[in-house]
Amino acid sequence: MNDHELAHPELAGVEVLDDSGDLSRSEVILKGALAAGAVYGLGMVAPFVRRALAAAGDGDVGILNFALTLEYLEADFYAEAKRRAGASGELKILIGLLAADEQQHVEALTASIEKLGGKPVMKPKFDFPYGNTAGFLKLAQTFEDTGVSAYNGAGPMIESKEVLGAAGSIVQVEARHAAAIRLQNDAEPSPEAFDPALDEAQVLKAVEPFLA
Amino acid sequence: MPESNLQDGVSRRRFMALSGGSAAAAAFLAACGGDDETTTTTMGASGGGSGETAQFGKGDVGILNYALTLEYLETAFYADVVKSGLFKGSDLETIRRFGDEEAQHVSALTAAVKQLGGKPAPQPKTEFPLESAKAVLELAGTVENIGAAAYLGQAANIRSPEVLASALAIHSVEGRHAATLNTLLGRSITPDGAFAKPESAKAVLKSVEPFIVG
Repeated sequence: MNDHELAHPELAGVEVLDDSGDLSRSEVILKGALAAGAVYGLGMVAPFVRRALAAAGDGDVGILNFALTLEYLEADFYAEAKRRAGASGELKILIGLLAADEQQHVEALTASIEKLGGKPVMKPKFDFPYGNTAGFLKLAQTFEDTGVSAYNGAGPMIESKEVLGAAGSIVQVEARHAAAIRLQNDAEPSPEAFDPALDEAQVLKAVEPFLA
Repeated sequence: MPESNLQDGVSRRRFMALSGGSAAAAAFLAACGGDDETTTTTMGASGGGSGETAQFGKGDVGILNYALTLEYLETAFYADVVKSGLFKGSDLETIRRFGDEEAQHVSALTAAVKQLGGKPAPQPKTEFPLESAKAVLELAGTVENIGAAAYLGQAANIRSPEVLASALAIHSVEGRHAATLNTLLGRSITPDGAFAKPESAKAVLKSVEPFIVG
């Protein structure tokens, strides 16, 4: 498929790699979520994630491991951006804040998975395709919007009230990040009254290729 | 929805009956919150059940009507601000857009209450101090941050997965509004740090009480 046919071509080049050569279920779902967003737009991310998590059937630990994989991606992205994004001034400060927040999300999710008796997934390797500040900002906006949709998609699958409350407190922070990055891009901080939601027919079509 | 993969509300309730207030869950909160105060607040907000919105109706209807009341308030606030003439240019556009989004939340919540067989809460009469652009922006920031915390405080009390999905889609938009206003005010986009704090209905209602005149 040519880039111009994609809803978010910048997502299509993001790589999720695992040294073992064997992707974990969480990594597969993250790859699928990115692909669904790249091909169909970010409105597809929430329903994709919801269906993929339901199909995986790993309960709250599975959902938290997926969230952890997503936070690994964001934490790596901003840690790398400190060196690579060519940012200065206000944006440089913002990147530092976002990197610290995402790292805290990684640590909290890791601890919570362990405390629920689960095994946290290992951090995969990521490859982020951008060459300048504008490219970084475009990808950052898409990642943050994707993160919001992914958490919102997973929310109704969560069984434990406490886990849901904690996931909610993370997604609100992701939404705040999304707005701040969008302002940097001179984009609408809140482009829709409802963060992207369901479209069942498209979901089925999008999910099929990514689930074994 | 064809062959929905959503867990129904019953399974979450059953799960809670088995594990409610477990040590693992408390530890999870401690891990996320980083301090006792957050843990207490979160536990209080999620452990209080939907009783604290009982004045607005039973269960999900009560929560939706509580949210509807807050959205009515936000919609009226932005409409008053637009009329005040205190803002021009891009700030006015932002205010207009946010007001429009709050009005869409009012419509969606009204429809959701009706769908559940409930009676939508009436629009409250409101009055806001609109003295200067700066004071208004500060009030807007306060209102949006409270709004986001209010949704977060109720998320775990919602029983229907469909209602929860809608509430989450609104919650993150309130978070976006709050961060935008905080940016305009030169404040931190994440005043609570990496984990947003919930607020109980009681505290939220108390803080908006001054603006409700009937």
